Amino acid sequence: MTDPLFEFLCRLGDNTLVLGHRVSEWCGVAPVLEEDIALANTALDLIGQTTMWLNLAGEVEGAGRDADALAFRRDVWDFRNLLLVEQPNGDFGQTMMRQFLFDAWHVLYLTELEKSSDARVAAIAEKSLKEARYHLDRASETVIGLGDGTEESNARMQAALDRLWPYVGEMFDSDAVDMDMVAKGIAPDPGTLRPGFDATVNPVLRKATLTRPESDFAHRGGRSGARHSEHLGHLLTQMQWLQRAYPDATW
Amino acid sequence: MYAQMIKSTGQNVKSPEEMDPQERAFQERVDAGEKIEPKDWMPEGYRRTLIRQIGQHAHSEIVGQLPEGNWITRAPTLERKAILLAKVQDEAGHGLYLYCAAETLGVSRDHLTRDLLSGKMKYSSIFNYPTLTWADMGAVGWLVDGAAIMNQVPLQRTSYGPYARAMVRICKEESFHQRQGFDIMMKMANGTEAQRKMAQDALNRFWYPSLMMFGPSDENSVHSAQNMAWKIKMNTNDELRQKFVDQTAPQAAFLGLTIPDEHLKWNEARGHYDFSEPDWDEFFDVLKGNGPCSADRMEARNRAWDEGAWVREGLLAHAEKKKARKVAAE
Amino acid sequence: MQNEWPLWEVFIRGQHGLSHRHVGSLHAADAEAAIRNARDVYTRRNEGVSIWVVEASAIAASSPDEKGPLYEPSNDKVYRHPTFYDIPDDAGAM
Ligand SMILES: [Fe+2]
Ligand SMILES: [Fe+2]
Ligand SMILES: [Fe+2]
Repeated sequence: MTDPLFEFLCRLGDNTLVLGHRVSEWCGVAPVLEEDIALANTALDLIGQTTMWLNLAGEVEGAGRDADALAFRRDVWDFRNLLLVEQPNGDFGQTMMRQFLFDAWHVLYLTELEKSSDARVAAIAEKSLKEARYHLDRASETVIGLGDGTEESNARMQAALDRLWPYVGEMFDSDAVDMDMVAKGIAPDPGTLRPGFDATVNPVLRKATLTRPESDFAHRGGRSGARHSEHLGHLLTQMQWLQRAYPDATW
Repeated sequence: MYAQMIKSTGQNVKSPEEMDPQERAFQERVDAGEKIEPKDWMPEGYRRTLIRQIGQHAHSEIVGQLPEGNWITRAPTLERKAILLAKVQDEAGHGLYLYCAAETLGVSRDHLTRDLLSGKMKYSSIFNYPTLTWADMGAVGWLVDGAAIMNQVPLQRTSYGPYARAMVRICKEESFHQRQGFDIMMKMANGTEAQRKMAQDALNRFWYPSLMMFGPSDENSVHSAQNMAWKIKMNTNDELRQKFVDQTAPQAAFLGLTIPDEHLKWNEARGHYDFSEPDWDEFFDVLKGNGPCSADRMEARNRAWDEGAWVREGLLAHAEKKKARKVAAE
Repeated sequence: MQNEWPLWEVFIRGQHGLSHRHVGSLHAADAEAAIRNARDVYTRRNEGVSIWVVEASAIAASSPDEKGPLYEPSNDKVYRHPTFYDIPDDAGAM
């Protein structure tokens, strides 16, 4: 079995890697200039976080891989990101809803990681948390604004919520890796974060005049790597193209 | 340049005797290097020409996001991805600052945007060329941003205050753009055989389009003469083009790359490089909308604008509801 | 055009106590959004800076002493003085 700490760090780094990639797809084509610039900031934060998590993962693994090797030279089954973050951007509403749901979880998780027994994890969490809090603030206000906007924007936000809700449950799954992290005081049991998540999300959805879906059915398979969606492979095809096509090159 | 072929009044520059007192006072202020501010009196031609020029410059920044944005999702390392994204984000910022400067002249950003999307207003010809390999990210930063800087540095002294201040801010950000491009070129030129080939190919494709950025010779243009008198154009196109070639030729040599011009050669007597003119027919074709990517660029901008309408409207509707609720509560 | 977001003027005070300075403008649907946009556009999220936003149409400006203007900018536009100030060093990299 691979080192659970490595596995855990890949989950963190792959989440920010894949989401950062998705958000960066908006560069140059956002609905308005100010949003274009803000989305780029979010993507830049996430890429920065990725570098920290995956470099640490490589260090822990001790096989000479750095963040770039992990990001650009692994295949789909080795990725450990949540299914939520690999979902396509859809319209701007779907992108912001995905961001909001992720940020609501991310802030809670990072808040716990700040207390990690592993000082390296705590340090990355501390830096990331400041950024994640701002992402959450911005995403919440956008969800509220568009939910409580026009009839059309409300309908689109409801559709986005319905489309993405089945990917929420996976964020709160626990497995052997998590239990190992809990035992070592490195990370919390994600299952314990659900009440905090609901407390963040519910008031925002209310202000946004959106209806929280009744079913809590959850797709799984991202963080374990057992079954990603078809989307991840296409994302990686694009992201990894140069490194794969010119394996001897340095960039 | 980012603003190419800006039409002015179309008339010869007036002599001081031909000007009415107000115009004369205005021209004297410009000549003395004073800044014209939004609420100051200005000739209508000055105002209109500035709107055209600043607007076209802003459009170029925005459309200019697309050819480089084309590679953000394919950047080869996390660091390159972050640098490129930050660079393209800067260009969005430049567009934003410039639209704001234009807005001080009494035109709205949405109005300018609509004129871009309908094809009524233009943007720089250079952004109608495709970016085909990663080396193009190097070539664009090195050559395109390099050429833009040639033009933008003197514009920091332009007569219109808000435009000049926008240029100061922009120039501060631009130098990193050219440097990151050159850095990519160095890596590529000194990399594997395939990388070196990509670098040379990028230079081959971007050299002449970069020379075109400065526009055709305007020694004898009445538009150019008026715009220079108003200090909204600071140098002739040929001056800037020569300066660009003089700066770039040694850099290409440093990279071990060959500029695709067999006539390029140092002229001791002139103290400048001699070089071949680009194909101006191609330039005018591109301006007419027949650039290799013209249709793609316009489609992309139109799609972004159309698909973003519900977002802009939604957030505005929410703001109005919020305001109404606040009033009701008071 | 009828749906254009209003224009806001942005003022920023850096960490070390200089007064707020005008740094530029932007568009936003409301004041809260304008502050967020200002953070993203003009501070790149620098911590410890204080941001003011003012709807441009709410600013009254003095008029230069010129008569008979050919071009009288409409009164609902703001007449910004220095639009793009350099941000003081102590506000950090922006
Ligand atoms: Fe540019
Ligand atoms: Fe620029
Ligand atoms: Fe640039």
